[in-house]
Amino acid sequence: MTPQLDVNHVSVRFGDVTAVDSASITLNKGEIGCLLGPSGCGKTTLLRAIAGFEAISEGRISVRGRVLSTPGMQVSPEQRRVGMVFQDFALFPHLDVSANVGFGLRHLKRRERETRVRRLLTMVSLEDCAGAWPHELSGGQQQRVALARALAPGPEILLLDEPFSSLDSELRTQLASEVRDLLKADSVTAILVTHDQHEAFAMADQVSLLHNGHIDQTDAPYNLYHRPANAFVAEFIGGGSLIDVTVNADGELNDSLGVLDMESRSFAPEQRLRLLIRPDDIEYDESSTIELRVVDRAFRGANFLYELLLPDGQHVPCLAPSHIAANRGSLLPVRFNLQHVVIFNGEHQVFT
Amino acid sequence: MEIAAGAELTAKKPRRISLWRGGMLVTSLVIALPVLVIIGSLFGDYSPAWEHLIETVLGDYVVNSLLLMLGVGAGTLLLGVSAAWLTAMCDFPGRRFFSWALLLPMAMPAYIIAYTYTGMLDYAGPVQSLLRDTFGWRYGDYWFPEIRSLGGAVCMLSLVLYPYTYLLVRVAFQEQSTAVLEASRSLGKTLPATFFRVALPLARPAIAAGVSLALMETLADYGTVSYFGVSAFTTGIFRTWYGLGELQTAAQLAAFLMLFVFILFILERQSRRRLRFYRTGTRQPPRRIVLRGWRAITAAGLASAILIAGFLLPASQLTVWVLQDPLRAAEPAFLQLAGNSFLLAAIAAACCLLLALFLGYGKRLFPGFAQTTANGVVSMGYAVPGTVIAVGVLIPFTWFDNVVDGWLRQTMGVSSGLLLSGTLGALVFAYVVRFLSVSLQTVESGLARIRPSIDESARSLGYAPLSLLQRIHIPMLRGSLLTALLLVFVDVLKELPTTLILRPFNFNTLAVRAHELASDERLADAALPALAIVLIGLLPVILLTRNLASDNAAS
Repeated sequence: MTPQLDVNHVSVRFGDVTAVDSASITLNKGEIGCLLGPSGCGKTTLLRAIAGFEAISEGRISVRGRVLSTPGMQVSPEQRRVGMVFQDFALFPHLDVSANVGFGLRHLKRRERETRVRRLLTMVSLEDCAGAWPHELSGGQQQRVALARALAPGPEILLLDEPFSSLDSELRTQLASEVRDLLKADSVTAILVTHDQHEAFAMADQVSLLHNGHIDQTDAPYNLYHRPANAFVAEFIGGGSLIDVTVNADGELNDSLGVLDMESRSFAPEQRLRLLIRPDDIEYDESSTIELRVVDRAFRGANFLYELLLPDGQHVPCLAPSHIAANRGSLLPVRFNLQHVVIFNGEHQVFT
Repeated sequence: MEIAAGAELTAKKPRRISLWRGGMLVTSLVIALPVLVIIGSLFGDYSPAWEHLIETVLGDYVVNSLLLMLGVGAGTLLLGVSAAWLTAMCDFPGRRFFSWALLLPMAMPAYIIAYTYTGMLDYAGPVQSLLRDTFGWRYGDYWFPEIRSLGGAVCMLSLVLYPYTYLLVRVAFQEQSTAVLEASRSLGKTLPATFFRVALPLARPAIAAGVSLALMETLADYGTVSYFGVSAFTTGIFRTWYGLGELQTAAQLAAFLMLFVFILFILERQSRRRLRFYRTGTRQPPRRIVLRGWRAITAAGLASAILIAGFLLPASQLTVWVLQDPLRAAEPAFLQLAGNSFLLAAIAAACCLLLALFLGYGKRLFPGFAQTTANGVVSMGYAVPGTVIAVGVLIPFTWFDNVVDGWLRQTMGVSSGLLLSGTLGALVFAYVVRFLSVSLQTVESGLARIRPSIDESARSLGYAPLSLLQRIHIPMLRGSLLTALLLVFVDVLKELPTTLILRPFNFNTLAVRAHELASDERLADAALPALAIVLIGLLPVILLTRNLASDNAAS
C-alpha cells in the first residue's frame, strides 16, 4: 500500500545552518503523526517543507505517491492539496466565518459550496456562527473555524502548527482529544507540531521526537516513555534524572540502593552504567533501610515532588503522597523500584 | 503527470521572480535618476557664473539657509514640545479639543500663511492702519516689525511645521510609563525637574526625528522665502535657472542643498531607530497632571494662541478676502485651475499607488537584498526638495529632447520640438519621484500588519500569489490604499516649486496661481485658490486626527 505521506530523508538548510537533518516519516491513511521537540529543533521547518513554504536540500516528500518536493523541484503550496492550521489561526479578518470556510472551495458551484460549508461548520459545532466575524469569536471557536477551513477542500493531509498554543492551558488537552476524534471520524491523515508532550500524547498515533533537526525516535507514545532510544528522548519525555551507578555481576547497585532486573542481561563486576530515574521510580517506604536527605521539595497538591541526595552526591527525584511531609534537611526512607528503569550504557546507548 | 506539472511550475517561478525583481530595480533606478543627475553635476564643468555666485550671493544662501534652520528648529521644538507636553501629560479644560486641533496648521502650506500674514501686517494692512488711526501716527513715526524678512520666514515656517514635532513627541510622551515618571517623583525630583531630567531626555529621539522632518520641509520651502525676498538655496536655484539660464549651475547649487538634506535625513533615520530603545515598555499610559486655576488658564491660553496663530487667524483672513467677492469661485478661470490641479494630483496619486503596490508587494513576495535596497532608495524621495527634483528632471529630459530633435533634423530635416520636457508627463514624473515614498510607506506599513500566516493559509487553500493580492490583500489594505491616495493627492496639490519649474507653458494650478497673484500684491485675489488648497489640505489632517482618536480610545 502506498503511504499517504512519505517524507524520505529530507534535509532543509538555510545557508550553513541545517534546520532539518535527514528526517524520515511515513504515515498511512487516517494516521495522526506528531513532530515533538523543544523550540528550535526544526519541527516547524519540516512541517512548512511539507506544506511547500520551504524548499528542501535533500530527500523527497510525496503524498500518495505524488512527489511534491525534491531538491530540484517544488510543487507550489496552492497545488499541493495540503491543508494547514496555523498557530495564530490566520483567519481572514475581512471575511465572515462561512466565507472563511468556503475560501478554498471556489471551484465548487455556489449551492455545493454552501452545503459543504454548512456540513463542516456542523462538524466543528459552529453552525450558529456562520455569519459571525472572526474578531467576534473566542480563541477556541477561531481554532475550530481554522480547522474547518483547512478541511473544507478535502486535503490529502492536514498539517497543524502548534494549534493549541494560543489557548488556555486547561483547554488544550481536552481540545486535542476532541480534534483527534473529529479527524479519526473522517479518517483524515494529519501531522501535528507541538512542544507539549501531553498534547502530543492526547492526539497522535505516532510521535517523532526531533532534536537539533534530527529525528531521534519515532514511536507510539507508550514506547517513547518506556523505551526511549537515547538519553535525550528519555529526559525530554516525562522528565527524571540521569545518575551514574556501578553494579556488580548480580545487578546490585552501589550503596545498596537496589537491584536491577536481570532479564536477559548480564553485567560485568564494577560495570558503570547510567540510569534514568523517573519521579515514580523511587517510592516512599516507611520500612526501608535506605534513608536519603531531602534537598528540596515542591508541593503539588496531591503529592510532593522531592529532590533527594544520594550518598555519592547525585540528586534524584521522588514523588510521595502529599501527607508525607518531610522538611528540607531531614531524612526520607525510600525504596528503589527498578523493574522499568531505563538503563544506558555509556552516554547515549540504551543497555539491552 | 502531476509531477511534470509541478516541475513546470518551478521552472516558471524563478523567471517570475527575476522579472519582478528586475522591474523593482529599474523602477528605483528611474526614481533615483533626478537625484543622480544632481549629484553627477558636481563632477561636470563649472561655468563662469560660479565666480559671480561665490562673489555675490552664495554666502547669503548658506548663511540664510542655516539661520532659517536654526530658527525653525528652535521654533518647532518650542511649539511642538510644549503642545505635546500639555495635551499628552496634563489635563486642562479643552485638552481633548486641542489634542487634535493643534494638528490643523499642517493643512496650511507655508507660502499661503506667509501671504496671509503679509496682508494683515504690512503697511497697508489692517493692523498698522488701526495703529495709525488710533495714535495719529504717520509713515515713519513708529517702528513695526517687518514681516517680509528672515525672522518673518522663521515665524511662518515654525507656525505650520511644528505639528511634525508635536505628533512624534506626543506619542513618545504617551509611551512613557507612569512608573518611570513616578519613580523620579518618589526620588525627590519636583515636577519641572522630572520633566527636564526624565521625560524630555526620554523623548529626545522623537524630538530629533520631528525637528529633522520640519527642517527638511524648511530646506524644501520655496514659496515663503521667495515671497519674503530671503536669499536661500531654493530661491537661488530658481534664480540661477530662470534668471541666468544656467541649468548646470542650478544643478550644482542643488547638489549643495542636498548635502544639508542628507545630514538631516541621516539624523532622522537614526533617531527613528533609537526610538525603539527609548520605549519604556508598559502599555499603561501616564497619569495626566491635572492643572487648575491660573495654571489651567495658562495652558489653555498657550494652546489657543498656537492654534489661532497657526490656523484660525490666517484661515479667517483668507475667508474674509474670499467673501469680499464670493462669486469668483464659480468663474470658469477658477474652475479651470481647480480642474487642472485635481487632474494632476489624481494622476500622480494613482501612479504612486500602483508603483507602491508593485514595490511593496514585490518585497513581501520575494524578500531579498535587492528588493529592500530598491524600496530604501525610493523612500528617500520625501527628503529631496521639489526644486532639486525639478532641476534633476529637467536636465535629462531636455538632453533627451535635444538629442532626438538633432537627430531628426539631420536625418529627415524635421524638428520634433519638446517631447518630454515641458509636458505634463515630466511634471507627473517629478511628483512620483518626490511623493512615491509617501504612498510606499503607507502601503508597506499596511502590508506589515497582515501576518505572513494569512498569505500562507490562502496559498495552502489553493490561491496563487496574484489572486492572493486580489482576494486577500487589497480588501484588507483598503484603508491604507485610500490613505496613500489621499496623502499624495494633497501633497501634489500643495506642491509649488516643482510645478512652477516643470509645468507646461500657460498651464496653471491652484498653487502656482496663488503664488503668482500674491507676488503681484493681489493678495485678496490669491485668497480663493489658497483657501481651496487649505480646505483640501484639511482632509489628511482629519484622517490623522481620527487615527489619533482611535489610538486614544484603544489605550
